[in-house]
Amino acid sequence: MLAKSMAIVWKDVVVEFRAKEILAAVLIFAALVALIFGFAFDPVEHDLTGIFPGLMWVAYFFAGTLGLNRSFITEKQNDALQGLVLAPGDRSAIFLGKFLANWLFMTLVELILTPVFFALLNVSFKGGLLLAAVLALATVGFTAAGTFLSGLAANTRASEVLLPILLFPLLVPVVIGAVRATAGAMAGDAATAVAWLRALAAYDAVFVVVPFLVFEYLLEG
Amino acid sequence: MSGAGLAARGIAKRFGYREILRDVSLELEPGQICAIFGPNGAGKSTLLKVLACLTRPSAGEILWEGRPVKDGASLRAAMGMVGHGTFLYDLLTAEENLLFYGRLYRVGDLRRRVSEILERVGLGFAARDPVATFSRGMKQRLTIGRALLHRPRLLLMDEPFTGLDQAGRSLLIDLLREFRGGGGACLLISHDFAETLDVADRFLILNRGRIAGAGDCGAVGPADFARLYEDAVGQPPD
Amino acid sequence: MVRRIFPWLLLPMGITSLYLAFVVAPPEATMADRQRIMYFHVASAWNAYLSFLVVFVASIAYLRTGARRWDRTAFCSAELGVFFTSIALVSGMVWGRSVWGKWWVWEPRLTTTLLLWFIYVGYLLLRATGEGDERRARMAAGLGVIGFVDVPIVHMSVKWWNSYHPYVIGLTKVDMVPMMVVALVAAVLTFTVFYVYMLDLRLHMEHLRERTQILKENLLQGGMR
Repeated sequence: MLAKSMAIVWKDVVVEFRAKEILAAVLIFAALVALIFGFAFDPVEHDLTGIFPGLMWVAYFFAGTLGLNRSFITEKQNDALQGLVLAPGDRSAIFLGKFLANWLFMTLVELILTPVFFALLNVSFKGGLLLAAVLALATVGFTAAGTFLSGLAANTRASEVLLPILLFPLLVPVVIGAVRATAGAMAGDAATAVAWLRALAAYDAVFVVVPFLVFEYLLEG
Repeated sequence: MSGAGLAARGIAKRFGYREILRDVSLELEPGQICAIFGPNGAGKSTLLKVLACLTRPSAGEILWEGRPVKDGASLRAAMGMVGHGTFLYDLLTAEENLLFYGRLYRVGDLRRRVSEILERVGLGFAARDPVATFSRGMKQRLTIGRALLHRPRLLLMDEPFTGLDQAGRSLLIDLLREFRGGGGACLLISHDFAETLDVADRFLILNRGRIAGAGDCGAVGPADFARLYEDAVGQPPD
Repeated sequence: MVRRIFPWLLLPMGITSLYLAFVVAPPEATMADRQRIMYFHVASAWNAYLSFLVVFVASIAYLRTGARRWDRTAFCSAELGVFFTSIALVSGMVWGRSVWGKWWVWEPRLTTTLLLWFIYVGYLLLRATGEGDERRARMAAGLGVIGFVDVPIVHMSVKWWNSYHPYVIGLTKVDMVPMMVVALVAAVLTFTVFYVYMLDLRLHMEHLRERTQILKENLLQGGMR
């Protein structure tokens, strides 16, 4: 089953390498949001350290939704998804593959942009390894829920509007966990950070397992 | 019941009060090509989807090599399909598309098989070109190649002649004959009556979700077929 | 059956629970008469959660069986759920305004209810814009499952998030005398019966709508031939 998922990841990476649609759009949009936040909250006058985790995650989640929207568009074109469903082996592997590819893209964006956020908003870089753990875990929850809902929304006339409406209410626990854990990591408060990391891990587990179980039923027809 | 090949018994498909298929039974033996004709909305594509385990029937069962097909796991590896869409990724090259599907099907000695297939469908010269640059006919050739890539024993095709030029059509007919010669079973939906009657062994006519007529292609001339079709459907073949 | 008997059940039940809530139950010690909104607030919140539980169960049943009636049940129950969630939210806000002087407090239960409203409005939007009868039904069922699974997680995380705040608000710090409990139980029962009745009625409507559509299609097909 993992082989099927990895084949899908490889395919998504090659397609993305050609199109550069998802990475470019998400990167540029998130960086623009950082710039807008700079003008709106004025890092020259104010110390933004307190609200920095919130600003950063809002930008990542909003920008990431753009990328997630694209995720199933290539699959719906030419009915390629049907081709994946027809292939032998577990159909849940399709969810796993799409999710892993999205996680990879989103993590890459965050790795590039997190230093940019710190620099643009005049916040001194803190957090180190804990921050890396927060980025990794929060992105798992975000892309797992996002991949699932992107697959659902792809079957509607209004998928691009619908995805954020479906995704954000379900994402609230990740928003809370990511912001609190980031704040904890930046303040050097390891206990708080770890507590919220645990909550994120629990959310991740639910939102990887449940779609994994349900997804194959959604692919029929 | 021969036990080999594909059999469907009493297939029905409804959703709420909408009945798409009613009590469809058919048998398809290895080395046989069966055509399915019928007007739009007769349920042909739905029947193919049910047989491909893309959608569950409301009633009836499907047997593959004598065993009931449940979620299609046993059937999917042995089946190739040409559907409405091409199942291709426009940004990947012809070769990459086949490599991807070959990996999904765990085809052995994949690279050689891919170039073999590309040559066979006449796309060897365009192997490294993205599918987006292909004409409709080239895409259809690649689609047919993709369906044959993993050496299936069952082939389900929904309007495979679409978009093919004359050379493409005769290539497809050659490929189908070759496939049948190797013991493959093929179910073929088509509007191209002349070509299909030429290559198929048997035909079924589907109307309003039911099998309304059947015959042997060898025994039925064009005029006979037109009459049979009109009897079954209520309008002449277009 | 439900359609014939329940209206006659609802009439006395409704009158009784209004009487209990407004006349029999005594005014609360500190909040006085303002507390009486609680009977209907709690009862609609109960109905909202009940509706979404039905959506969840019907969605799983639909995914397993593929039977259209489960899909219809999930859809109709989601509509009712959004309706009752709206009532719960508005009555909760009125309560908050009269008790704490604020239209919105970030109280975990109220916040979870607001998120529920968003999730199931999204569910209805997915249904409204989905393509293909059967595919739309399956997509909606997927959301019906994951949306409900998310509810306890949302509630826990909002609660935990809220616990960091210096002020703690106890929404149910109401000293309930026995008569108040009776009035609350009566309101919840009445609302539950109301929900079942509405669901049955709405299912019947949906059933008629579908049959009419099929009849129309057949008529059109027959006319063309």
